Amino acid sequence: MTTHPHRKVIIIGSGPAGLTAAVYTARASLAPLVIEGEPSSTSDQPGGQLMLTTEVENFPGFPEGVQGPELMQRMRDQAARFGAEYLTEKATNIDFSSTPKRVWVRDDEYTADAVIVSTGARSLMLNLPDETRLIGHGVSTCATCDGFFFRGREIVVVGGGDSAIEEASFLTKFATKVTIIHRRDKFRASKIMQERAFANPKIVVRWNSQVTRLIGDATLSAVEVTDTVTGAVETLNVGGLFVAIGHRPNTDLFAGVLDMDDTGYLVTQPGSSRTNIAGVFACGDVQDHTYRQAITAAGSGCMAAIDAERWLETAHAGK
Amino acid sequence: MAGNVVTLTTANFDETIRSANTPVLVDFWAEWCGPCKQIDPVIREIAVEKAGALTIAKLNVDDEGDVAMRFSVMSIPTMILFKNGSEVQRFVGARGKQALLNDLSPFLG
Repeated sequence: MTTHPHRKVIIIGSGPAGLTAAVYTARASLAPLVIEGEPSSTSDQPGGQLMLTTEVENFPGFPEGVQGPELMQRMRDQAARFGAEYLTEKATNIDFSSTPKRVWVRDDEYTADAVIVSTGARSLMLNLPDETRLIGHGVSTCATCDGFFFRGREIVVVGGGDSAIEEASFLTKFATKVTIIHRRDKFRASKIMQERAFANPKIVVRWNSQVTRLIGDATLSAVEVTDTVTGAVETLNVGGLFVAIGHRPNTDLFAGVLDMDDTGYLVTQPGSSRTNIAGVFACGDVQDHTYRQAITAAGSGCMAAIDAERWLETAHAGK
Repeated sequence: MAGNVVTLTTANFDETIRSANTPVLVDFWAEWCGPCKQIDPVIREIAVEKAGALTIAKLNVDDEGDVAMRFSVMSIPTMILFKNGSEVQRFVGARGKQALLNDLSPFLG
């Protein structure tokens, strides 16, 4: 067990929300420690969901677009320039019940006056038998990582939001045919993304459909698709399956401590980043199931930094 | 050459894997893969810490696609551990340093 020097601010998570909070708190000379998470191939990783994307076209200030990982690297460098420090580990436990607040990475204990929670959200999986076994063998959680290996193959993308459409469009660079399987009769995705998908001759959409079985020994060879209206079952021979059916907030660490809504998102006081515990602030997708954009996450990260700074000035005056 | 990371190509792959006097962990990666970039510093640290017990090698799947195909790599990062020239374990997906060390420990003498 190691105890590390006390800090004014600890930030848990390092997507656009956490890194914007880091830029602001670092510029305010609060020397934040960012517990940025550890490498993984899902969206639950340092840099957050943008690490698995390619071109970001709607982040202001980049008229030519910017690669998701590059944008995150720039935010990270920007906060480091003002003195933010990084720990490339996952927070494993917390105790916000007393002062100072405590955060553990395995046996290492870190303490701070204020904590900013920006742990984001991670991709949902289908939870079908054999799904875990087939990850890396045809089932993928990262289109940008794995699309390359599906050159000349047919693949399916499951989902109906922006990320599903973006993945499907990206994957047409490699695959001969991309079938989007969506359980509803229309997409949630933005209009511009939908138009792109409909205009792409390699993309086929199957509405009111669900993947109900994965077939394959060593690697995925087919998926069973069930029509949710008629109940008809069909087998599609495909080499790859990409899942983009939505996200779940990363709030397991805070269960029973921070207030959450019934889907697990942290609840903040309206117009602020304050949680139910004084000195603990939340920003980004971990508390936002409505907008979920890089720019709204960054905006709320700024709010959390300013809220934390003001709280430290008043609540901790003289300490 | 403690802590060296070997760059593998189609030309030196078999010879390197066969002649190594430690197990060899081969990291299949590419420039466009975000999670691959994140584990690069992790495996370089492990290369230093486990020098003499483990050899770390990297193979760029863009440049050396036929090796990736030979080992049916369909997702990166994939790390394959070779012992005496044969595959003994395969790790698909990025992970943190401690998790990777835990995964490797049963195979390191």
